[in-house]
Amino acid sequence: MRLTDEEKAMRDGRDGPTIAKAMDLLIRYGEALDAEDFVETRNVCGTVTASTPFMRDFAAAKGGMDAVFSEFNLDSAEVVPLPRSVRAFTSHLQLGFDPHHPQEMGVNEQIVEFYKKSEAMAVGMGVQMMNTCTPYQVGNVPTRGEHCAWMESSAVVYINSVLGARTNAEGRESASAAMLTCRIPNWGYHLDGPRLATHGVVLDIAVDTVEDWGLLGYWIGDWVQDRVPVVWGLSSVPNLPRLKHFGAAASSSGGVEMYHLVGVTPEASTEAQATGGRMLKEIRRYGARERAATFEKINANGSDRQVDYVMLGCPHYTIEQIWEAAQLLQGRHVHENCALWIWTPMAIKTLADRNGYTKIIEDAGGKIMTDSCSAMSRAVPPGTKVVALDSAKQAHYLPAILGVQAWFGTTSQCIDAACSGRWA
Amino acid sequence: MSRQDSSTIVIHGRKVVPGVAEGEALVTNDRVSGWGGVDPRTGTIVETRHELRGQSFAGKVLVFPGAKGSSGWSAQFHMTRLMGTAPAAWLFNEMTTKIALGAVVSHAPAMTDFDRDPLTLIHTGDWVRVDADAGIVTITRKGS
Repeated sequence: MRLTDEEKAMRDGRDGPTIAKAMDLLIRYGEALDAEDFVETRNVCGTVTASTPFMRDFAAAKGGMDAVFSEFNLDSAEVVPLPRSVRAFTSHLQLGFDPHHPQEMGVNEQIVEFYKKSEAMAVGMGVQMMNTCTPYQVGNVPTRGEHCAWMESSAVVYINSVLGARTNAEGRESASAAMLTCRIPNWGYHLDGPRLATHGVVLDIAVDTVEDWGLLGYWIGDWVQDRVPVVWGLSSVPNLPRLKHFGAAASSSGGVEMYHLVGVTPEASTEAQATGGRMLKEIRRYGARERAATFEKINANGSDRQVDYVMLGCPHYTIEQIWEAAQLLQGRHVHENCALWIWTPMAIKTLADRNGYTKIIEDAGGKIMTDSCSAMSRAVPPGTKVVALDSAKQAHYLPAILGVQAWFGTTSQCIDAACSGRWA
Repeated sequence: MSRQDSSTIVIHGRKVVPGVAEGEALVTNDRVSGWGGVDPRTGTIVETRHELRGQSFAGKVLVFPGAKGSSGWSAQFHMTRLMGTAPAAWLFNEMTTKIALGAVVSHAPAMTDFDRDPLTLIHTGDWVRVDADAGIVTITRKGS
């Protein structure tokens, strides 16, 4: 790789052993990618806290949080001191549990204490504890063309495609190294060429609801995998919850990190802009048959109609979605054999508290949870065998992670299931 | 030619992670998910519709098209190394940041950009030697 004098100095230890380890990891990673050089970034989303028993035991055996940060964040078996401060503006992603609900999460006090210690470490380094998979909802909205180093596939695809920012899907180690060095390999979606569309989708049916957008995303991801689709023939302009669901679905069934919607997303004012004038490799049509087949596929894990748990908020719910759930729940009660948990960033829960939505949801017997989700925490209400979800992404992951059955449908169907204890 | 020679295939590629390792091949045409797709405690693929569901890649030479899914990819394979369930080596066709970083933190030799497609040449159970430093993969047919 071609390194600047500044990068060589960081590698060679000018700024201490921790920065040197960070630069060493980035160089190994950049060489693995065959990247030519690095790009500067001042916007990082990653994970630095520790919340698993494995990490707690690791800390106990190897010398505390320094050892955890060295191994899990910098891929260094040699223990280097914790950085005094991150250099890039850094947002913390979702956690392995909601520390405000340890009982529901099935975690003991020691693990919560261990997490809090690591949170204090992160805060001390200047990391923003947004604790969400959707930092773009709560204060980190990258601008068009801004080079970022973000983790979390659903956020990566959102900021690349909807906002026109530039990031690859980073991992825990590369994002951590980037927050200390303000560098990330100049590869993939940081460059112009890889952002251009390769595959085309023509819509033959209206795609309007949040459910419609999730199904379309799941179908596209399944087909294009990690290539760049362009969609045209939109019946309406999708809003944030729709594109949040669309991207999350496409990055779960496949690995979509960038897409274009002609007339909607910033690098696709026209089809020609989205493709850069290149011929698309393949064009497919999305109609009623494709929608129905995708619906069947996502629901293939559901057989028992009795629903034990309804989970909403994957990716984390917007305030608009919480408002909708509160309206659907008002005056009703969650069935005694069922539980309803809604996941959102703490900043949005604070707004929901103020707006009175939290009270409506809690009066109905539901709970608003923050910082995590059931897939991340592997935590569901005791005895859960069947879940109902309005997220294609969560329906993709939860059966694999917890061995539960999953029903996928609209938010309204999910609220009905929570109140009746049955999937209609 | 000896029987050994006639059953040995050599392909060339680019080093992704340095090192030399060998082991039994585990081949899949499905892309591999990290977070939510594997269980690092056993090195087992758990993704619901994956053709290798229930099989472990621990100590195997994993031959696959590439990575997909969540950006928790590298952290999952970082865990497999710490838990002793990582693949012995990686051979894949499609470069992404997920597989690049996952391979780097696994410390297992990895290669890509091959002159011939490992997915068609290598079968599960073949014995594969990966010399990433020299850019050479040597395949010995199962049972030969």
